[in-house]
Amino acid sequence: MLAIDGSLLDFKRLDLLAMQESAVHRLDPRAKVLTTLVFIVCVVSFGRYEVAAMLPFCLYPLALLALGDLPTGYIARKVMVVIPFAVMVGLFNPLFDRQVLLQLGPLDIWGGWLSCLSIIVRTILTVAAAVTLVAITGFPAICEALERLGMPRVFAVQLLFLYRYIFVLTDEGGRVARARQLRSCGKRGQGLRHFGPLLGHLLLRTWERAERIHMAMLARGFTGEVHARRRGRFGGREVLFLLGWSALFVALRLYNFPQFLGLLLTGN
Amino acid sequence: MSHHIVEVKQLRHVYPDGTVALRDVSFRIHHGQSVAIIGANGAGKSTLLLHLNGYLTATSGIIRIGDHQLSKETLAEIRRTVGMVFQDPDDQLFMPTVYDDVAFGPLNQGLDTAVIEQRVVDALARVDALELRNKPPYHLSGGEKKRVAIATVLSMLPEILVLDEPTSGLDPRARRQLMALLQDFHHTRIITSHDLDMVLELCERTIILHEGTVMADGPTLEIFSNEALLATCHLEKPFSMQGCPVCSPEGTRRRPAQQRPLVPPHGDHPHDHHHHDHDHHHDP
Repeated sequence: MLAIDGSLLDFKRLDLLAMQESAVHRLDPRAKVLTTLVFIVCVVSFGRYEVAAMLPFCLYPLALLALGDLPTGYIARKVMVVIPFAVMVGLFNPLFDRQVLLQLGPLDIWGGWLSCLSIIVRTILTVAAAVTLVAITGFPAICEALERLGMPRVFAVQLLFLYRYIFVLTDEGGRVARARQLRSCGKRGQGLRHFGPLLGHLLLRTWERAERIHMAMLARGFTGEVHARRRGRFGGREVLFLLGWSALFVALRLYNFPQFLGLLLTGN
Repeated sequence: MSHHIVEVKQLRHVYPDGTVALRDVSFRIHHGQSVAIIGANGAGKSTLLLHLNGYLTATSGIIRIGDHQLSKETLAEIRRTVGMVFQDPDDQLFMPTVYDDVAFGPLNQGLDTAVIEQRVVDALARVDALELRNKPPYHLSGGEKKRVAIATVLSMLPEILVLDEPTSGLDPRARRQLMALLQDFHHTRIITSHDLDMVLELCERTIILHEGTVMADGPTLEIFSNEALLATCHLEKPFSMQGCPVCSPEGTRRRPAQQRPLVPPHGDHPHDHHHHDHDHHHDP
């Protein structure tokens, strides 16, 4: 549970980063959300054996890291968290796909290895883009942008509440787990059996809290609609940011630049 | 003008499971009064508060806020008039930033952007929390959360403030700060609390609830001097009215028997016998 407490504190740091001031922080969230979407679509749409052609895409998260003055090590650690999942997904590809696609000297490279690597690279790129997006925009602003881009308001409000109360919920869960741990005297306690009632209890508490929050909302004239403050303006800088990056992504997607560069250098 | 009067007449509330939370509660609170509602756990305080802004509907009885009797039609107006500050600020602060939260009420009232901005700034300045405006609520300390929670209600310009346990969970300094703040308000104030010292300082009038009925209603000092009454209602004199056990020996002597400290002072050995028994037990 300590690990969960810790990773959540880390989450708060992401929040603090979003409060910094920089040129990319100041951009309207919608521009950043759209650009990230184009980025993800381009990266995900590559062929399954493609690896090299995707590499130039790391330019985007790196550029944002530099422009937004974000701590590289911290963001890298956030991205690393998902790599094991990507490895899990790609793990069996080399076993099933043994078609030889490439030969490095005496070494046969199976298609499975390439597709596995491709999955990992894809994951790193998309997650890096998403994490930097949150770090330069902030979660609430992203929700607002999504809503202004046409996502139904109900979802936006749900996401906002999720983000607000995940901190409270994990605090509560952490306390319950700690109380259990302290009374199980370093052993495994009563094993898994007790996690059922524990979670049920947590659910009930959450339910009660939801009721109290609803009460607090009603007390302040809530009628079923959350009126959010409108911030930001989609101006010239936003258009430039969106179109500039999107053009680059599409170009990188359509033309294999690393190959092109290789051909140029070897003079073929 | 009877504008800020709170009147409760023969209020009765029975929960769906059959629990009678309020049997028969009546009182009338005048404009600008600061009133404490105290009582043991389960005496019906929270149930009563939830009636004051119409969250719970009375099984029978009448609630009148200002010129309006509480009903479906007057609900919106009454919720604006009665500013409710909940015990746990985490329940009250649900928006992404402090600013958004304080603006939540005024936005629901459909005011102009400029008016809202002014209201938010005023309310935050009033509770000395203007510099927190862009912070998310989960980055605040307990005392800051409490003050911001009060600001979220002030921004709706209520005439009556209802506060549930305002000082619970605060450190002594934050508690003092909050009390000074509440002292300065000119609203009609209704406060529930177990912090009777705070009640003594802030409220001129006290209503004691006991098992769903009003046991006493009068000047705070008078009620707190009635030890027999307090004892029946599972309450105790505020510490500031009890003799200090360290510096005034008469104070200790006057305390009722059941309040004697669990650990006997030095030189007094009522438990000696017991100790011997205990030792004996451990002898092989």
